[in-house]
Amino acid sequence: MSEKYDVAVIGGGVVGSAIARELSRYTLKVAVIERAADVARGTSGKNSGVVHTGINVPHGSVKAKYNVAGARMFEEYCADLDVPFKRVGKVIVALTEAEVPDLAGLKARGEANGVPDLEIIDRATLKKMEPNIEGAGALNVPTAAIACPYSLTIALAESATASGVDFKLNSPVVGIAGTEGAFEIETPDETISAGLIVNSAGLNSDKIARMTGVNRWRIWPCRGEYIILDKRVGGLINSMVYPVPPKGGAGLGIHITPTTDGNILLGPSADYTNDGDDVRTTAKIRRQLLSEASEFLPGLTPRDVITAYSGMRPKLVPSKVGGFGDFVIEEVPEAPGVMQLVGIESPGLTAAPAIAEKVSDWVRERISTEANPGFQKKWSSVHRTREDTLSIVDSLIAEDPDYGEIVCRCEMVTKREIVDAINNKLDATSLNAIKYRSRATMGRCQGGFCGPRIVDLLLENGKSPESITLNGGDSWLFLGTTEDLRTERKAQRASQKSGATSSAKKVGAK
Amino acid sequence: MARPEIVDVAVIGGGPAGLAAAAEAKGAGASRVIMLERDDRVGGILNQQVHDGFGTKVFKEALTGPEYAAIYEDRVNEREVETWLKTTVTNLTPDRLITVRNDKGIQTIEAGSVILATGCRERTRGAIGTAGTRPAGVYTAGAVQNYMNVRNLAVGRKVVILGSGDIGLIMARRLTLEGADVVCVAEILPQPSGIAGNLVRCLEDFGIPLYLSTTVSEIHGKERVTGVTLASVGAKMGEVKGTRRFVECDTLLLSVGLIPETELVVGVGASMSPATNGAIVDDSFRTSIPGIFSCGNVLQVHDVVDYATLESEKTGIAAAIWAMTGKLPEPVINMKAGAGLRYVLPATISGEDAVDFTMRPWKEEHDKSVVFKSGGEVLRRLKMPHMEPAGMIRVRVGKGRFNRVVDNQITAEIEE
Repeated sequence: MSEKYDVAVIGGGVVGSAIARELSRYTLKVAVIERAADVARGTSGKNSGVVHTGINVPHGSVKAKYNVAGARMFEEYCADLDVPFKRVGKVIVALTEAEVPDLAGLKARGEANGVPDLEIIDRATLKKMEPNIEGAGALNVPTAAIACPYSLTIALAESATASGVDFKLNSPVVGIAGTEGAFEIETPDETISAGLIVNSAGLNSDKIARMTGVNRWRIWPCRGEYIILDKRVGGLINSMVYPVPPKGGAGLGIHITPTTDGNILLGPSADYTNDGDDVRTTAKIRRQLLSEASEFLPGLTPRDVITAYSGMRPKLVPSKVGGFGDFVIEEVPEAPGVMQLVGIESPGLTAAPAIAEKVSDWVRERISTEANPGFQKKWSSVHRTREDTLSIVDSLIAEDPDYGEIVCRCEMVTKREIVDAINNKLDATSLNAIKYRSRATMGRCQGGFCGPRIVDLLLENGKSPESITLNGGDSWLFLGTTEDLRTERKAQRASQKSGATSSAKKVGAK
Repeated sequence: MARPEIVDVAVIGGGPAGLAAAAEAKGAGASRVIMLERDDRVGGILNQQVHDGFGTKVFKEALTGPEYAAIYEDRVNEREVETWLKTTVTNLTPDRLITVRNDKGIQTIEAGSVILATGCRERTRGAIGTAGTRPAGVYTAGAVQNYMNVRNLAVGRKVVILGSGDIGLIMARRLTLEGADVVCVAEILPQPSGIAGNLVRCLEDFGIPLYLSTTVSEIHGKERVTGVTLASVGAKMGEVKGTRRFVECDTLLLSVGLIPETELVVGVGASMSPATNGAIVDDSFRTSIPGIFSCGNVLQVHDVVDYATLESEKTGIAAAIWAMTGKLPEPVINMKAGAGLRYVLPATISGEDAVDFTMRPWKEEHDKSVVFKSGGEVLRRLKMPHMEPAGMIRVRVGKGRFNRVVDNQITAEIEE
């Protein structure tokens, strides 16, 4: 039996991590329980990275309330946590004259939700703002912004850890027993005791709710495929470019979004699936994304694509029902002591700071607490020298020559940044943990050059070849050394010759 | 930041092209030659190519990659080329100011001539758009070559290779020798992409099947690769219905092409060739930006290192002459790729010296000739028993033949 926590947060996405950081302001014992090998491995790591203004959600909805509140907090949040944030603005483009009247409805809804500075612009103004975009007119949303969603989640989790929160990675919750004040949360490795539970399990929030005795909800995973374009074409757009939303569709339509690192995202598609972990990409959607995006951006070619990936929306409304599904943010009578956060899809990233405040208030109504003197308001996960001026880089190299050695050339990531990412505060040890903290391997060569050098650094930092994984679990990268494999084969041949029935022992990773 | 270093010739990249160019630039009389290499040693990809077959054109013997690299490394050291290792070029201006970053800090170099010898990178899964999950176990062939041959790491037991380029074929043999099962090699084209000799030595000798007109249409496995779906492709590279089949494996190796690392040459504003994906150059290997030269795999992807060496040696000499005198023979004759040829390089020539033209055919050809023509008259005809897209054609045309050029235009083409 491990120590007792005041609060157990189930799920290390952006919402769970934001809650952990918010609770770390106080003298509370908090654990975050995450099934994956790192935070931000689900919906939070794979989305458009948009800080929404609140224009897309119905007035009076829970989504609208938390979206608008979260958006107000976001910029300072990112500044405190050294997370890339850019107020690039958004244009919602009417491709044809027939779509132009829809813009007024969008503007009215945005104004009702308190979104400032909305303006309907004509074809010529759009052309001036976005010379490469073709459209009959647009709604200009200048306050819309982008942020790096996985960097934010990681920074929240690491700053919370630095302030005293325990993150338990690789810990899928398999059962929950007990009642308010004495919950027992079962994972394969340990049983965690907590007075209160926050269910921020995203795609699995329905299952966690059921473990707490609540059968109200079912999550309908809805996959969204993206393709990411080379920075070479990053200058094609200045702001986010959205279509007029498809009526009754599951998402906001295929949009073109700049990232804070200078790439362009195309996507996401919307396909319901039975398996929330089925984040495959398909040839069909790839073709569709490129073809739909080239309606806006003529001249886009498959050669501009770096890679494709999928995210998953935890939807509360099945595809055959369609339409709007609101956030669930409540403690329900069947399960006192559990804050249920269910159906937190878009605009969940934007809403996360506001949801975290709400949950913090809920906790402090139940547990009296004081300010935590060890709270780390400011945090920087891995310092990014690619954003520094040359003279700053020069002085950093004088302090530590490892800042002078570029390991990932495509994304300009230095040895020092990779070593910092390896020694991260969460002890997340996979190759992806390094990738999402440093950006190494995210560029056009996808790790062809820097992969082996990062492996060297992992080996130098005490990893064995067979313990290196892409993503934790069974995602091993090496069986072991080449000698290990030859030895295994020799033993297999020997056992075949001698007719032994037992198969030879396999080396290293399975 | 330190004051700029002043050099005659700066060579960016210390692979086979950079080594040869730097050695010859110094040999031609340039007083200060500097070679900038991002890795912790020179030699580039040769360091991981432990098989033999390098040097058969230049040295008339088959060397391993590291042996071949060592010869040129010794040569640059003997000639006192300054080599800066673990040094990355972060910027290059058209007036040849180079910004570099290494453990000493940010430094700048003012160069009389700059030679871009930055090589190429491998095409990735994302670039070819292979569908499916994103598990561990999908590697490019060159990365695996590095893991196995330089770092002695075993990447998997059961391997499918996509792409029959030479690196893929060589890795099929290497993996087999290291104890892995290579299930098959799939090639999307109707013909192999690697040279014929490698098909025999690397696949047939080991009984590894090669499936032509076949691609990987989907990758399976959540954490590690559990298998791939193969499918036949038809005439327009479309998948043929009903041909999908699952193949169990724990590793997928991609050998699906090389892309010149042209970020610097594009960044400096040089004119680029859509056929080679490299810069457009004259017979001194000058790009369209004065004093900036390009050679090796960043100029055109070579299949034989010897030719990259020969091309780079010429480049080194020209760059030294330009740095010292500001003069090189002006290109006045335009080259055009005619029937049967994807490109001919260089794009322009002076006609004052013999030229080694390099070309690639669109398709496999037997018992045809490469012909250089001007104004309807044949300047040079060379009978070729066998030509294939995987093999670069290299033909020398002597200086005397350029006397007969009409209208400053030569066409190279394939004829019966």
